[in-house]
Amino acid sequence: MIPIASVNPVAKLGAGLLVSLFLLATIDWVSATTALVLELAIIAFFGIEPKRFWLRTLPVWVAAPLTALTILLYGRYDGTVYFEFLLIRISDGSIELALATFLRVLAIGLPAVVLFISIDPTDFADGLAQRLRLPDRFVVGALAAVRMVGLFLEDWRSLELARRARGVADRGRLRRIAGQGFALLVLSIRRGSKLSIAMEARGFGGDTTRTWARESPWGRAEWLTLLVGLLIGITATVVAVLTGSWNLIVG
Amino acid sequence: MLLLGESGAGKSTFLHALAGVVGDDEGETEGSLLVAGEHPAAHRGRTGLVIQDPDSQVILERVGDDVAFGCENLGVPRDEIWIRVRDSLASVGLEVALDRNTSALSGGQKQRLALAGVLAMRPGLIVLDEPTANLDPAGVTEVRDAVIRVAEATGATIVVVEHRVSVWSDVVDRIVVLAAGGGVIADGAPADVLARQGKELAARGVWIPQFPPPRPVRAVRGPQHALLSAQQLTVGRGKEALGAPLDLQIMSSHALAITGPNGAGKSTLALTLGGLLSSVSGAVVASPALANGAGEHPIRWKSRELLTRIGTVFQDPEHQLLTSTVRAELEVGPRALKLPESEVDARVDELLTRLRLDRLADANPFTLSGGEKRRLSVATALATRPQVLVLDEPTFGQDSRTWSELLALLARLVDDGSSVIAVSHDLDFVDALADSTVVLE
Amino acid sequence: MTTTAPSSSTSTPTKPGSRFQWRVIDIVVASVIGVASGLIFVVWNVASTPALAPFAALLPGLQAVGGGFWLFAGVLTALVIRKPGAAIYGEMVAASVSALIGNQWGVLTLVSGFTQGIGAEIVFAAFLYANWRVSGAILAGAGAGLAMAITDLLLWYPGSALPFIIIYTIAAIVGGMLIAGLLSWLATRGIAATGALNRFGAGREIAKRV
Repeated sequence: MIPIASVNPVAKLGAGLLVSLFLLATIDWVSATTALVLELAIIAFFGIEPKRFWLRTLPVWVAAPLTALTILLYGRYDGTVYFEFLLIRISDGSIELALATFLRVLAIGLPAVVLFISIDPTDFADGLAQRLRLPDRFVVGALAAVRMVGLFLEDWRSLELARRARGVADRGRLRRIAGQGFALLVLSIRRGSKLSIAMEARGFGGDTTRTWARESPWGRAEWLTLLVGLLIGITATVVAVLTGSWNLIVG
Repeated sequence: MLLLGESGAGKSTFLHALAGVVGDDEGETEGSLLVAGEHPAAHRGRTGLVIQDPDSQVILERVGDDVAFGCENLGVPRDEIWIRVRDSLASVGLEVALDRNTSALSGGQKQRLALAGVLAMRPGLIVLDEPTANLDPAGVTEVRDAVIRVAEATGATIVVVEHRVSVWSDVVDRIVVLAAGGGVIADGAPADVLARQGKELAARGVWIPQFPPPRPVRAVRGPQHALLSAQQLTVGRGKEALGAPLDLQIMSSHALAITGPNGAGKSTLALTLGGLLSSVSGAVVASPALANGAGEHPIRWKSRELLTRIGTVFQDPEHQLLTSTVRAELEVGPRALKLPESEVDARVDELLTRLRLDRLADANPFTLSGGEKRRLSVATALATRPQVLVLDEPTFGQDSRTWSELLALLARLVDDGSSVIAVSHDLDFVDALADSTVVLE
Repeated sequence: MTTTAPSSSTSTPTKPGSRFQWRVIDIVVASVIGVASGLIFVVWNVASTPALAPFAALLPGLQAVGGGFWLFAGVLTALVIRKPGAAIYGEMVAASVSALIGNQWGVLTLVSGFTQGIGAEIVFAAFLYANWRVSGAILAGAGAGLAMAITDLLLWYPGSALPFIIIYTIAAIVGGMLIAGLLSWLATRGIAATGALNRFGAGREIAKRV
C-alpha cells in the first residue's frame, strides 16, 4: 500500500498539476492511454475504499463521455464525413478526436480528483503558507473561513425550514433558492465580520512575524510524489512522440 | 470589573477599543484611550477579548490549533506554544484531546476555548463581551467559574460586559455604568452601585436581581381542547432519534415549556411539533379542530396551510427574514393567505403598533437591533393568527425590557385561547409563563 | 486596571491606511464570501449538467452561458472588498472549496479559478480600482467569461471546430456579464442594504444614499 494520505498536500497538488501539464499539451489517444494505465496502476495501491473511489470519481466518468460526445458532433473534421446536420459533422477526424478526448478527460481528471480525496484543510493551509510561502494572512484567513462550512450548511437547513414556516414554500422553487442564497451571503458576511474581530483580538494581522505551531513536513515522500507525477507525464509524452501520434493542441 | 449600561450605550465598542480592534477609519473617536500608557492597537495581544457568539470566535478546526492561534500571531516559538496551549486548557478546565474537532464542543466549552486562546497569549487585561448571553445555565456557570479561576491564577485585570448582573455581581470588585449618550453614570463597589443605580438600570433593560422585571397577571381562561397530540414520538435530524419516545398533548389556552440541557433535542422537537421536520418514529397528529380540513399530519400540510394553524418562531430571527422592509415582512403571511388588501393593512398596522415597530416600518429588517428583530419575528408569526405558536429560545440574549414585553404578549395569547409551546432554558421565563413543562434528558 | 483616560480631548492618531491595503476584516470577509460561493459552486457542479443540456441541444456551445455561476465569486468579492487582488482571491478560495469537497476537475479547478479570477481582476485594474458601478461589474463579468472560455477550450475541448469555439466564447461572455456581473452587482447592493457591509466602502455608499 502507498500511504498517500500522509503526504504533504502541496506535493499532491504539484503531482496532479505535473501530470496535467504534459497531457494538456496534446490531444491524442496514445499519450492519454499511457498516462491512464500508469495512473490506475498506482491508484490501485492507494488503498481507497472502492465505494468511496467510485463515488468521488463518478463525476469524471460522467463528464468524460459527455465531453467526447460534444467533440464527436462538433469537433474538427477530417477524412470521410459520415453524418452531417446543421453544425453537426461526424467524420473520421472527429471520431478519433472524440476517443482521444474521452481518454484525456479521464487521464487528467482521475488523478486530480483522487489526489484531492484525502486532503485536510489545515494541513493544506500549512503547506501553502510554509512550503509555497504564500502570504500567510490570506492563507490563514481562508482556512478560518473554511471552518465555517459546517455553520453555513446548518444555516441553509434553517433557512429552508423557515421558508416553509412563513408560508412561502409551496411555489417558486427557483426564486426561493435565490432568496436563500442571498440570505446565506448576508449571514456569512455577518459571521465573517465577527470572526475577524475575534482573530484581530488574538493578534492576527499584526506586524510580528508569525510562527507556526504545526510543522508542514517535506521529505523524501514529497519529492517522490512529485517525481512520479513528472515520470507519468514524460512517459506518456515519449510514447506518443515515438508512435508518431503526439498532437499539439494549438494548430 | 463589570461594565453595565443600556443597549446602545457603546459597551461593546468600548471593549473592542480596549482590545485595539476598532479600525481607525470607522466611526468617530473622541478623547484618547491608553492601555498601559500606549495606543491599544500597539497592545493587540496584550489585551484579550472574548465575544458573545461562541460560534463566531472558534477560529480553527482542532482544539489545540485554535488555542495556539494567538501565540502563532505573536511569534511565540513552536515548543513554547504547545506548553502554553496545555497550560491554558488546564486553567479553563477544558480537558479534551488537542485534535478534538472544535465544532463538536458545546457552547460553554467553546467560550472556555476562546478564553484559553486568550490566556495562552499571556494578556495583562482580558475583556469579555457578554460571554454567557448565548449559553444554557450549566454553560453560564462553567464559563464564570473558569473566568474566576483565570483571574486568580494570572492576576490579569478582567472587564466584563453583561446584561445579567446576578452572574457576576458577587465576584467583581467594581461596577462601572455607561450612559447612553456617552460618559460614565456610576463607578464603584458592586453593592454601592446597585443600591444607587439599580432601579434606573432595571428600567433600562439591565437584569438586576433586586429589581426583577414585571411579570404578567394571568386571566381566567376558557375551556381547553386538544390541538395536537403525539404518541411515542421520537425526533431527530436524520434517521437517528434524539432521546426517549415522548407522549404529548398540546391544548388550547395552554402554555407548554420544553426545557433540558443543550443537545437534548429541544429545538428539533419544536421544529417537529411545528410541522417542519419529519419525526423519526411516532407522529404528530392534529385534532380535527386544528386541521380544519387539511389532513391530520401537519408535516404533510402545504406551507400555506401551516400559517393559520401552527406558527413557528426560530431561534435566530435572521433565518426567517424574507423582504427588505419591516412592513413587507409582516405582509408576507397575510398575502400568502390571499386576504383582501384592507385586511392585510389592518393586521400589519395593528401589529406594528402593538410590538412598537411602527417607527421602523420602512427599515430593512436586517438592520434592526436584537430585541427589535425578535419582536418582528414574533409579529410575522402572529400576522396569520395561528392557533398554535411554537417558539425556540424566544428570550435568548434579550434585555429585561424585551423579556417582559414578550412574556406579556405570550401570556395574552394563551389567555385568549391560543396554545403556546416554548423551548427555553431561561428558568425565570418558564416559571412565569408555563402551565406545564416537559424536561428532555 | 491599567487603563487611564486623560481629560484632554485629543483625536486618536489616524493611520493614512492606503485605499489599496487589505485590513484583517477585508481578508476574513473575502474568505467567507469565497467559501460561501464555493458551496454554491458545489451545488452548481451537480446541477449544471442536466440544467444546461437543453441549451447544448439548442445550439452547441450555448451551455457556456451557465458557466456564469462559476464566475460570480471573483466579481462579488471584488465589489464588496474593493481591493486589488480581491477578484482573484475570491475566485480561488471558492474554487479550492469546490475542489476540496470534490468535483470532476480536482486540482484543475484551481487552474480554472485562477484564470477566471484574473479575467475579472484585469478589468477592475484597468479602471484603476475605481469603477464599482454596474458597468464595471458587467465588464468584469465579461472578462471572467472570456477567461473561462479560453481555459475550457484549451483544457477540455481542444479538438473542437471553429463554429463551436465562437459560440462557446460568446455564450461564456454573455453568461459572465449577466450572472457574474449584473447579479453580483445586485447582490452587493442588497447585502449593503442589510447593514452587513457597514465597515466597507460598498456599504457606506448605500448608507449615504438613504
